[in-house]
Amino acid sequence: MTTHFTDQFRAFSSNGGGEGPAWLPALRKAAFDRFHAIGFPTTRDEDWHFTSVTPIAERTFKAAKPSATVLTLSEIKPYLVDESWHRLVFVNGRFEPTLSNFAGLPAEVHVSTLSEALKAESEWVQKHLGALAAFDRAAFTALNTAFVQDGVVIRVPKGVQVEEPLHLLHLTDALAAGTAVHPRLLVVAEALSQLTLVESYTGIGTPSYFVNAVAEVTLGSGARVDHYKVQRESPEAFHVGTVQVSQGRDAAYHSFSFAAGAQLSRTNVYTKLVGAGGEARLNGLYILDGTQHADHQTFVEHLAESCASRELYKGILDGASHGVFNGKVYVDPIAQKTDGKQTNKALLLSDKARVDTKPQLEIFADDVKCTHGATIGKLDDQALFYLKSRGIGSDNARALLTYAFAAQVLETIEIDPLRLLLERAIFARFTSLELE
Amino acid sequence: MLRITDLHASASGKEILKGITLTVNAGEVHAIMGPNGSGKSTLAQVIAGHPGYEVTSGSITYEGKDLLDMDAEERAQQGVFLAFQYPVEIPGVTNAYFLRAAYNEIRKSRGEEELDPIEFLDVMEEKLKLVEMDASMMQRSVNAGFSGGEKKRNEILQMAVLAPKLAVLDETDSGLDIDALRIVAEGVNKLKRPDSATIVVTHYQRLLNHIIPDRVHVLAAGRIVRSGGKELAHELEAKGYDWLTEPVGA
Repeated sequence: MTTHFTDQFRAFSSNGGGEGPAWLPALRKAAFDRFHAIGFPTTRDEDWHFTSVTPIAERTFKAAKPSATVLTLSEIKPYLVDESWHRLVFVNGRFEPTLSNFAGLPAEVHVSTLSEALKAESEWVQKHLGALAAFDRAAFTALNTAFVQDGVVIRVPKGVQVEEPLHLLHLTDALAAGTAVHPRLLVVAEALSQLTLVESYTGIGTPSYFVNAVAEVTLGSGARVDHYKVQRESPEAFHVGTVQVSQGRDAAYHSFSFAAGAQLSRTNVYTKLVGAGGEARLNGLYILDGTQHADHQTFVEHLAESCASRELYKGILDGASHGVFNGKVYVDPIAQKTDGKQTNKALLLSDKARVDTKPQLEIFADDVKCTHGATIGKLDDQALFYLKSRGIGSDNARALLTYAFAAQVLETIEIDPLRLLLERAIFARFTSLELE
Repeated sequence: MLRITDLHASASGKEILKGITLTVNAGEVHAIMGPNGSGKSTLAQVIAGHPGYEVTSGSITYEGKDLLDMDAEERAQQGVFLAFQYPVEIPGVTNAYFLRAAYNEIRKSRGEEELDPIEFLDVMEEKLKLVEMDASMMQRSVNAGFSGGEKKRNEILQMAVLAPKLAVLDETDSGLDIDALRIVAEGVNKLKRPDSATIVVTHYQRLLNHIIPDRVHVLAAGRIVRSGGKELAHELEAKGYDWLTEPVGA
C-alpha cells in the first residue's frame, strides 16, 4: 500500500528533495525507510482502533506540483478571518509571498518559510526539526518528514510578546486535486515570550486531496502559546494533523481545534509538561454530517509536578457521520500535585451518527487530582420544552440548543474575530435565525 | 377563558390527574394548592403542553379552542405562559437573544413586525425595572449560574415580555427569600390585566398574601377536593391539608 509513495519518494529525492543542507536528505531517507517498514496504521493498532485509513492508503496521491497561483488577494479575503493579523499564506502547499503579509511583526521575532530557514540557519533547524515529532512509531509523521520541504519556522525570542495573532493559512483548490501535501511547522517560544497562532486549513470547492501536517511547538519557561487550528478542508479531502508540544516550567499552552471539513480527518494534539507549574488547555469542537469521519486524539504527559491540564472536546454529529475521541493522560511518578480534568461530550442529531470515545488515564503518582467524563446524547427534552413553552417552534428550539452546545466550547476562544466567525458560521449552519 | 373538564392525565402509564374540572375567567386569579404529589405541577405542565404527560380523557378549551390540540409553542403563541418551577439553564445562549427570539416568534404568529435588537432593548428596559433586574443579566446565558431567586425573577421577566393572557405560575415561591418573593409577587400583580388570568400553583399560603386569589382550589390525589374563596388559603395555613385529604369517616 506504500508502493506509490516509494516511487514518489525516489522522484522527490532526485528532484527537490535533493536540495537543502547535507543532513536533510539523510533525515528524509531515514523517515521514509521507517514509513516503509511500519506502513499505514490499521485498526489493529490501539491508537487507530476506530479509524480506518484505508481510503488514504489505497489512493495514489501525486506530489503537489509547483504551479503559478491563480488566487488573488481579493479571492482569499473571505478566509483571512482578520486582515490586520500577520499572515503567511500557502496555496496548494506552496508559499505565496504576494498573498502573505507579516512585515509588521516585532523585529526580534523570526518568521520564515522552512525552505528559507534551511538555507539561512540550517544548524538551528537541524536541532529542532524532529526533536519533538518522533517518527519511529508514527507513520504519518514519518511520511511528513520524508517529504518535508516547505512549511513555517517561528522563533519568538526571550521575553518578546507578539500582540496580534499570526495566521498560517493553508488553502487548497481544484488545481491540487489528487495531490498530497506535507506542511511542517516549527515553533520555538523562548522563556517568557508570548504568541497567538492560528493555523487554518481551508478547501476551496470540493477537490479531493491529502494534507498531512506536522507541527512541533517548544515553550520555554513561562512562555505562553495560544494555538488555534481551524480545519475546514474540502468535503472530499483527507486531513491528518499532528501537533507535538513540549512545555517548560510555568509555560502555558492553549490549544483549540475546530474541525468541520474533510471526509476523513485525524487530529492529534500531544503535549509534554516537562517543567513544573505548567498548564495545558486543550479544547476542541467538531461538527460532522453525511459520511464524514473525524478522529481526535490528545495525549497529555505530566512529567513534572504541580502542572494542570484541562480538556474540553465537543462534537455535533448528524447524518451517518462518525466521531472518535481518544484522550490519554499520563501522570509520571514524579508529577505530584497534578491537576487534570478531561471532558468530552457528543451530541447526536441523527440515529445513524456514531461516536466512539475512549478516555485513558495512567496515573503513577499518588497526590494527584484527575477526573474525566464523557457524555453522548441527544438534545435535552426539558430544555426543548422550555424553549417551546416560550413560543419558539420545534425546529428553531432544536437549532438554538444545538448552537448552545457548541457555543460553550467556542467561549474558550480568546481572540474575538475568530470566535465571532465560528459562532456566526455555526449559528448559520444550524438555524435560520440571525445572530446579532 | 379556560375550561378544564374531567381531565385525566398520566405519565409513564401512571395516572396522576383523575378528573379535574376547573373554569377560569378573564380577570381572575386562581390558586391551586395541595400537598406534594397531589398533581399540582402536573396540571400546570399539562396546560403548557409538556410532551411527557398523556391526556387520557377530558378536555381543555382555551378561548373557545381545543388547547390539547396545540403544540407547546402554539399554546405560547396563543398567550399561554408557564413560569417553571425549575427554570432550565441554557449556557451559550444569552438571555437577550432568547427573550427576543421568543418575543419575535410570538409577534410573528400574530402577523406583527419583528423587532431588531435595538428596538427590543427599549422594550426590555421597562420590563427589567419591573423585576428589579440589572441590564447586565441580559448578556448572561439563560439561567446559567443564576441564583434560585434570579431564576424565578427571570421567569417573571419573560412573562412581562411575552404578556400572556393566561399565566400559570408553578411553585414560583419555592426557594425564594422574602425580598425576592415580594419582587416576584409585585411583578405578577402589575402584569395583571382585565383580559388576562393567572393560575398560581403553590404548596404554601405565603405567596397568596401578596397575590390575592379570587378562588382557591385544593388538589389531592389528582382531584380537586375543595374550592373556596381566599379565606380557604388561610384555613389551610392554620389546619394543614390532612382534614381535606383524609377519607370521609376515617
